[in-house]
Amino acid sequence: MSANFNLKHLLGIRELSVAQITYLLDTAETFRDVSKREIKKVPALRGRTVINLFFEPSTRTRTSFEIAAKRLSADAVNISVSTSSVSKGETLLDTARNLEAMAPDCIVIRHSSAGAPQHLARASNAAIVNAGDGSHEHPTQALLDALTIREHKGRIAGLKVAIIGDVLHSRVARSNIYLLSKLGASVSVAGPGTLVPPEFAELIESGVRVERRIEDALVDADVVMILRVQRERQTDAFVPSMREYAVHYGLQLRHLNLAAPDAIAMHPGPMNRGIEISSEIADGGRSLILEQVTNGVAVRMAVLYLLAGAGKSENGTKRNGKNATRGSSPTNRGPHAGSPRGVVDREGSAAKRTRNSKPETRN
Amino acid sequence: MDGARINRALARLASEIVEENHGSDDLILVGIRRRGVPLAQRIADKVADLEGKRPPVGILDITLYRDDLSTVGAKPVVSGTELPGDIEGRNIVLIDDVLYTGRTVRAAIDQLIDFGRPRRVQLAVLIDRGNEHRELPIQADYIGKLVPTKKSEIIKVMLTEFDEDEGVVIVERPTAEAAS
Repeated sequence: MSANFNLKHLLGIRELSVAQITYLLDTAETFRDVSKREIKKVPALRGRTVINLFFEPSTRTRTSFEIAAKRLSADAVNISVSTSSVSKGETLLDTARNLEAMAPDCIVIRHSSAGAPQHLARASNAAIVNAGDGSHEHPTQALLDALTIREHKGRIAGLKVAIIGDVLHSRVARSNIYLLSKLGASVSVAGPGTLVPPEFAELIESGVRVERRIEDALVDADVVMILRVQRERQTDAFVPSMREYAVHYGLQLRHLNLAAPDAIAMHPGPMNRGIEISSEIADGGRSLILEQVTNGVAVRMAVLYLLAGAGKSENGTKRNGKNATRGSSPTNRGPHAGSPRGVVDREGSAAKRTRNSKPETRN
Repeated sequence: MDGARINRALARLASEIVEENHGSDDLILVGIRRRGVPLAQRIADKVADLEGKRPPVGILDITLYRDDLSTVGAKPVVSGTELPGDIEGRNIVLIDDVLYTGRTVRAAIDQLIDFGRPRRVQLAVLIDRGNEHRELPIQADYIGKLVPTKKSEIIKVMLTEFDEDEGVVIVERPTAEAAS
């Protein structure tokens, strides 16, 4: 189980296998304990550098990644678009190449364009983590949602999940639909017709059910996920007014009562109180919104640990074929910084890894 | 070394631990995952037979404290650390199956210190492979059996909690080609 988590980047949930998802969730569960200790820090990523490259505003996700990196003893550097040279006209690729030249181990990227992390991954030696790209995917959000659901329901397979709101623009919805259906939940989506088009199910190539009325999606649901109205993605143009959205699609307690008696309510944040979610639900006993945030740190620790930590062996010392001595100096960590051999080497690394990998033994 | 001899060695370790610590008050036995954990449980049972009181048993997972994360091939499974209550001012006995380079014990001590300030930390191992393999200045306080070995050999400790059989054997380390 441990040996086949062979992942260089985390770009989306769609590419992941069930085994990889489960392994990530299991690892995250252990990391949850680290945040409960008096000394909330382990030395696992000492000497590693994590760059948070955020081209979109974010408080929760960026802070979450930063805290996750710091609790693993990695050095975290935050770059946000307003203060970076991107605002001076630099292209994404040039920004990436320049960062790459400083030899980071992991770059966490959020970008308004779908595919930006994939683009970066092709050009980069560092592990790339997608922290949200346009309307495409937000894998760590789906993982933390799954961790929260698993914690409360004990499983994901067989659960009925309703996702309500601006599904069209939501990367959270996409990642969640991929993850939950892979793990055997049945997912329904509902919202205004303009934001939940009937052809969405075919578009996403997943067993998701599109309901016209939110009530139909909510009946007997075990999990209710409420999506944020994304005004920065011109949701306004898809609905007559925010007030009308609130009246027809804002989730009230009476909606939640249609769901299973022990249903849980989730929201990826930041909430528009009184628009897509009422305060009764947000602050009510079934809301797991703050728990989602807590689990976010654990999930991101697991992701960073698996990609920037142990994952280093894939393109680090072992790539040279050198017999990696314990505690080798960082200077022989292998070729860095945009070497054209990078891509070829990475592809060949799987074979190399197996050849070099020893059975797990401590003596 | 068969099951009966493992059992006798653990009984001796238990009585030595009790003697050295003047009883079992303030004592916490901490097993290092994986095989140190059942050994710690068994020693705790034997201490209970001697003293009428079973010392608490903790579990350390040292994965996050390893110094060779980037060089191990397979990604180790992280399974969590559980310590029974406050370790402040207590006598801790770390327990593992094999003492070899000493690096595992170093990691265990580092992690333990992150949880508090024990009065004293000691080390008990079932098998000591000998001082010449040590890469750090670490010695065991209690040794089940000293087994001088070559680097090309592996000590395999089998316990019924994890393995079909019970016993300790020396096997030849598989070469890199054979491992794949």
